[in-house]
Amino acid sequence: MDFSNILLGIQTALTPTNLLFCLIGCALGTAIGVLPGIGPTATIALLLPITFNFDPVSSIIMLAGIYYGAQYGGSTTAILLNLPGETSAAVTAIDGYQMARLGRAGQALATAALGSFFAGTVATVVLAVFAPPLAEAALKFGPAEYFSLVVLGLVASIALASGSMWKALAMIVLGLLLGMVGQDVETGFPRFTFGARELYGGLNFVSLAVGMFGIAEILRNLQTGIHRPSMVREVKNLRLGRKELRQITPPVLRGTVMGSLLGILPGGGHVLASFTSYSMEKRLSKHPEEFGKGAIEGVAAPESANNAAAQTSFIPLLTLGLPAHPVMALLIGAFIIQGITPGPNVINDEPVLFWGLIASMWVGNLMLVLLNLPLIGLWVKLLSIPYRILFPAIIAFSTIGCYSLGLNAYHVFAIAFFAVLGYVLIRLGCEPAPLLLGFVLGPLLEENFRRAMTISKGDPTVLLTRPISLTMLVIAALALFISVAPAIRKKRDVVFAEED
Amino acid sequence: MTGQPTAAGGSAGATASADPPAGPAATSRWSRDDLLSGAIFIAIGAAFALTSASYELGSLLKMGPGYFPMVLGIILVAFGTAIVLTSVIGTLRRGSHPVGESEGGIPWVRGALVLAAIMLFGFLVAPVGLVPALLVATFLSALAGHGTSPKGAAVIAVGLTVMCVVIFVVVLQLKLPLFVGMGG
Repeated sequence: MDFSNILLGIQTALTPTNLLFCLIGCALGTAIGVLPGIGPTATIALLLPITFNFDPVSSIIMLAGIYYGAQYGGSTTAILLNLPGETSAAVTAIDGYQMARLGRAGQALATAALGSFFAGTVATVVLAVFAPPLAEAALKFGPAEYFSLVVLGLVASIALASGSMWKALAMIVLGLLLGMVGQDVETGFPRFTFGARELYGGLNFVSLAVGMFGIAEILRNLQTGIHRPSMVREVKNLRLGRKELRQITPPVLRGTVMGSLLGILPGGGHVLASFTSYSMEKRLSKHPEEFGKGAIEGVAAPESANNAAAQTSFIPLLTLGLPAHPVMALLIGAFIIQGITPGPNVINDEPVLFWGLIASMWVGNLMLVLLNLPLIGLWVKLLSIPYRILFPAIIAFSTIGCYSLGLNAYHVFAIAFFAVLGYVLIRLGCEPAPLLLGFVLGPLLEENFRRAMTISKGDPTVLLTRPISLTMLVIAALALFISVAPAIRKKRDVVFAEED
Repeated sequence: MTGQPTAAGGSAGATASADPPAGPAATSRWSRDDLLSGAIFIAIGAAFALTSASYELGSLLKMGPGYFPMVLGIILVAFGTAIVLTSVIGTLRRGSHPVGESEGGIPWVRGALVLAAIMLFGFLVAPVGLVPALLVATFLSALAGHGTSPKGAAVIAVGLTVMCVVIFVVVLQLKLPLFVGMGG
């Protein structure tokens, strides 16, 4: 490892501006993690247009902070109110809430925060060590390899998703098609624009994300209403004794390893990581009967795992330009808005951004511990903001944000269009995440396919004769097979059942 | 993954016990969600494929702008068909459609208010300026809230408008005209 890079990263992360942006991101992330009804995907989408005015490094640092900050915030409400703000915190609620009921809320929160901090630190090192060689390898990829890599990324992202596989596949293809709208890169021919000039540059990414993840969610919540418990327990005694520390050390270590590994997988790796590490702890425990009744290990393991996974899920983004899940897809959008092409070149071309981001993640994790433990009461107070004020605010933010992109009302109308599309599809059991990934990766997929075909003189078997390309397609096929295999499907449904 | 048998066994037991009582509760034998979403995907895929057919297709060696979307459109039709077929086959085999769909009705009025708020903001912001457009948009969307009176919505609208102006215009320095054509 080159230490001058690490130093560069630390210098970048510690400038007053970047510290401030990191703090804003972490605080905002914690806030939306606590609040039900708005998640990191919608928040980052809302903030994308604003980041246009900022320095690239600062804005990416802030957006990343929102993402991992939300993991912290989500576990706070999971423990105190049995209300996981984020899906990955659902497991934490099982034992965390029981601990709170037994008057050990402070210890549960401290375990979650310390476990997350430790895991975040380790995963940041993993990222710093493994990302550069991976990017190095990816630089040697030709168009055929890149095409297969994107296919693998798309397929793998749904292997871990819940619900019908056919619907997820269809959503990917719909996303790819929506990504085709606009001028063809090679010929400049306008496709699917129906003569509308505004569509020449393609459908607006921010409008799509805001509509499908922000407004469509509001439409859903307006049907059912959001119920919030008003009862919040007093939190005291955040200190962990020597006995507790000894109890949580092995689960934290195992959770960190599990999370770091699974986080790299495309598609909800952090959710899978927390579920897997929880069931692993239960199996390894000498007293499995305590799980579900307030076992401190049941908080330590999944919290470490989901935070480690949140950090390592940046690896495919930063080394291959491949988003592992919707939040990463939005970060790709943020890169593009800033004029940076995400991919293996980022490490060499933008060392300040890459190393600065990594160092800021560690700083951010430290900030989160400080923000969360002493100020816990403040965050819980956020729950008293009624949803009927929150959602008009979300609408106001989305409309202003999208309009500010080129002062074009078309971007605002596009929000309404995608909100309706998203709402209908979600109601019919189709998750919007694969669509967003498809939309982001569509142009990349087409470009590399066309280039591969030009190089191979129109021979499609090149995808199967080049070993790396073949390997990736085989893995993709295996992932598809695994996701339909009945035995694994059942287990997967069990894992994701608690999510909904 | 040593725990798989127990996990799989548990879920199998759960579905077996959940199936029979679902019979009377299910209103129709077919899964409306599957059939409808399948139809939507088939329609969109066909629309894209047909439109691409009017573009230059080219060959594998030199692909025209229509080639890739044409292939994707056909694939989408195929996936839509697969959704319909697997659902129909599953229904015929099981005798009832899977439980757990339909969260209830659609919030027509509230939804219309939210969409109207967004559209009106788009129409109004350039001709009359940010402040009036925001007031209209936040008022309409606040009206969609559960238990919000028109008076309450007005209060929320004024509050949020002030907040947005402070955040976007004062703090973030976005160049958005606050009022247009109103002497401002």
